[in-house]
Amino acid sequence: MTLMKALRPLLIAALALFGATAPAFTQSGPLRIEITEGVIEPLPFAVPDFVAENGAAADHARNIARVVAADLAGTGLFREIPSSAHISRVSSFDAPVAYGDWRAINAQALITGAVSASGDRIVVKFRLFDIFSGQQMGEGLQFAGTPQSWRRMAHKVADAVYSRITGEGGYFDSRVVFVSEAGPKNARQKRLAVMDYDGANVQYLTDSSSIVLAPRFSPTGDRILYTSYVSGFPRIYVMDVASVQSRALDEQPGTMTFAPRFGPDGRMVVFSLEQGGNTDIYMLDTSSGSRSRLTNSPAIETAPSFSPDGRQIVFESDRSGTQQLYIMPAGGGEPRRISNGAGRYGTPVWSPRGDLIAFTKQHQGRFHIGVMRSDGSEERLLTSSFLDEGPTWAPNGRVIMFTRETAGEGGQPALFSVDISGRNLRRVTTEGSASDPAWSPLLP
Amino acid sequence: MGHLGKALLVVAAFGLAACNNPDRFGAGGAGGPGGPGGMGGIDSSGLGGPNDPQSVAYFQQTLGDRVFFAVDQSTLSDAARGTLSGQAQWLNSNTQYAIIVEGHADEQGTREYNLALGARRASAAQNFLISQGIAPNRVRTVSYGKERPVEVCSTEECYSRNRRAVTVLSAGAGS
Repeated sequence: MTLMKALRPLLIAALALFGATAPAFTQSGPLRIEITEGVIEPLPFAVPDFVAENGAAADHARNIARVVAADLAGTGLFREIPSSAHISRVSSFDAPVAYGDWRAINAQALITGAVSASGDRIVVKFRLFDIFSGQQMGEGLQFAGTPQSWRRMAHKVADAVYSRITGEGGYFDSRVVFVSEAGPKNARQKRLAVMDYDGANVQYLTDSSSIVLAPRFSPTGDRILYTSYVSGFPRIYVMDVASVQSRALDEQPGTMTFAPRFGPDGRMVVFSLEQGGNTDIYMLDTSSGSRSRLTNSPAIETAPSFSPDGRQIVFESDRSGTQQLYIMPAGGGEPRRISNGAGRYGTPVWSPRGDLIAFTKQHQGRFHIGVMRSDGSEERLLTSSFLDEGPTWAPNGRVIMFTRETAGEGGQPALFSVDISGRNLRRVTTEGSASDPAWSPLLP
Repeated sequence: MGHLGKALLVVAAFGLAACNNPDRFGAGGAGGPGGPGGMGGIDSSGLGGPNDPQSVAYFQQTLGDRVFFAVDQSTLSDAARGTLSGQAQWLNSNTQYAIIVEGHADEQGTREYNLALGARRASAAQNFLISQGIAPNRVRTVSYGKERPVEVCSTEECYSRNRRAVTVLSAGAGS
């Protein structure tokens, strides 16, 4: 029995909540993944410190193993067996694995690795072992890069392990752009920032002299769309990530533009434009500069998001009298309403897998992050609080990050993540208050 | 210098303590932090206090520079129309000012929707002022959505004062 099979029931459990066409439950066995009263037992794994192949690699060898462990444990699907419980010590990357010692402490997966450092380059190698079957799982892999990129290499190791065991794409080697907030509620200062998905390596992209809102990555992560009040009026800007230079996307005096998102080709941008109090959805071809209007009604139409194939756009409209979700062809045309429950629905975002749409729901004074299928069926609310809003998808479509703000005079926003089964709600570590996260694609 | 730069100068000239953030022109005045109680010393500038009908302070405090809205609505109430009528009369006799109407929402809503809702509110006030004889080229609008509440509690008492459209005077009518 492989780890893949061991974890499959767990994934099926998540999928079953949506009535997905999941593969049949294969078998249960010695790895004992159990679902008990709705709580899934995470898979126990061990990550001993990686082997330092020379003295200069010692710190990285320890730190990389810690980041790999944090990535995996942070999913809620895995549980680390601490090194204090380890019987075997891994002193050589090529030494045979003492399976019995790992079985004795009930480790089901073992990750071993080695790091060598020379000059401006470190090399990280790892192997994954299925302890109960007594076999290596997949080939060993090696990553090379600068010492400064050690966390990325750790994330790549963890992504490879996660993918091999779950059969899903990884999401650890990714970044999140967000709004860093400071100051009291009635004079909040906001600036754009970008960080690794786990909160490390924060870089500030703007100062806080103007309000900035809702940044969004391009499909390759090279550009960021956002809304800024730098002109005194809300307008969309596009920033080149490498040079941190911004330019206005589309200047239309007397209008307000906001809620931009790239299409999957990185060329088309959908956004809202307000004129004379009425907000509609427009599309801009950033290559030709041509602009087309996709909705034309007196209602508020905003928060557009492309389907991953670029053929459709999901958005919110209050044309029925309250905020609801609609889907229209990417070229415009008659929209069909997909949200049908009680309450108000906004900020829809299409999953990168195409299967689900995440949204914010307001109902009876509470805010929720939820998901539904693109036909509106199988709605499920994942969170509930005074104010949850603005979901963004992890690159693998399995995890959602969002803003949670607390109530009252001292209320502050923070970033949280939750998996699409509604489990593993976690606060994302940021230096200060933070809002409006947008996940990048998986880095190359 | 654009409208906003001029607006900032006007605001700065009248020393509204709460308006040191360039993103926040309409936070001062009645009801807000830095309202009447926080304006000590302004009268000594000789530009007129709330009892001088030609003064900015009169516009802001005596006439009232803001109108309020029901939850998720942008319809002007009778009280709002009364306030805006007073503003329009004043603006018709103080033609040196242009105005920016700021629309705001309370925190109970998603960010994008509240931006659009604030725009609706600003536009409703703008249209009423124009209907009262204000030249369209004297009035601009901006929405702050839920980004700039004046009240910070999370109860209806505060929300009702945050759902507002604020008429902010700026120099240079029709420029």
